[in-house]
Amino acid sequence: MMPPEEPGHDRWQDDADPVQDRWHDEHSGPMVRPYVMTSGRIEPTRGKFDLITLVVSVGAEPDGAVGLGPEHVAIARLCQSVMSVAELTGHLNLPIATVRVLLGDLLDQGFISMQEPEPEADMHDIRLYKAVIDGLRAL
Amino acid sequence: MVSGPSSLPTRARRLPTAVKIVIAGGFGVGKTTMVGTVSETKPLRTEEILTDESVGVDDISGVEKKKTTTVAMDFGRITMRDEYVLYLFGTPGQERFWFMWDEVALGALGAIVLADTRRLSDCFPSVDYFERRGTPFIVAVNCFQGARQYDLAEIQLALNLGPAVPVMLCDARSLDSCKQVLIDLVLHAMKTRGLAPNQEEPQNA
Repeated sequence: MMPPEEPGHDRWQDDADPVQDRWHDEHSGPMVRPYVMTSGRIEPTRGKFDLITLVVSVGAEPDGAVGLGPEHVAIARLCQSVMSVAELTGHLNLPIATVRVLLGDLLDQGFISMQEPEPEADMHDIRLYKAVIDGLRAL
Repeated sequence: MVSGPSSLPTRARRLPTAVKIVIAGGFGVGKTTMVGTVSETKPLRTEEILTDESVGVDDISGVEKKKTTTVAMDFGRITMRDEYVLYLFGTPGQERFWFMWDEVALGALGAIVLADTRRLSDCFPSVDYFERRGTPFIVAVNCFQGARQYDLAEIQLALNLGPAVPVMLCDARSLDSCKQVLIDLVLHAMKTRGLAPNQEEPQNA
């Protein structure tokens, strides 16, 4: 009866979802609405944050920093290892627009640094293609 | 193996650059499977499960064995040495999710359109989309058991593809097969963007 797809899920460890566990009620769904986390803001103050913009935490954890909530702290913790905006969205189970606003706050206060992807117009670096082909062959 | 202080704290490291490849195609064609087959991390997704209520909305004739589907997107990751990280995005095939396509396709190295010969027309929207957008893409026909086998030339004709668009067979469950599709796509993207493919590539051997 189960879907026959999804092979090899045992390959990956299940990761905990700190924010979601605490703020999700089985019956009523999320107890904190996304717009509450962003204080109603829909655009980040800084940065565009493409789906594959890479983010990493720098400096101290933002625990207790002014104006930052548990979701900010959760993002900063996840970003102890380099992570894309898309991955953050998946781990936190939050809408991407919400994650962008929270990332803008963290960037503003110097808790993260980021690397934007190559724009499409600059996709003429042969090293990029060779690195990708080598990486795929090594799989 | 690798020289240098690899245990430096993250903050001292230069961030790699991310690149992405889009995997598109119709409902139930195997996009999720392909992402899962090659991803080094557990694929992440935002998902809403479609149940019986979706019958008539999402036509699943010919793919009756699939009970659920991904209506958001899922993504996997492959780390390429230190400089690059490759992300694979499986995008929802249905046109009503097209609002997400532009975001996913923007800046993509290229796209794989997965096709199922039992419902070939399902991949028309994806083919149209990437043609219009100018994203380099190839068509990979996922070989389902019980599906009639067609000649690649027949499929090329049926999809009204130009001769420049590669069409190949694949098995989304097989790592080797998925690797080959991805490598062929990267080679095709190089060619499309006017970069000379490496002379030692198999097609020239």
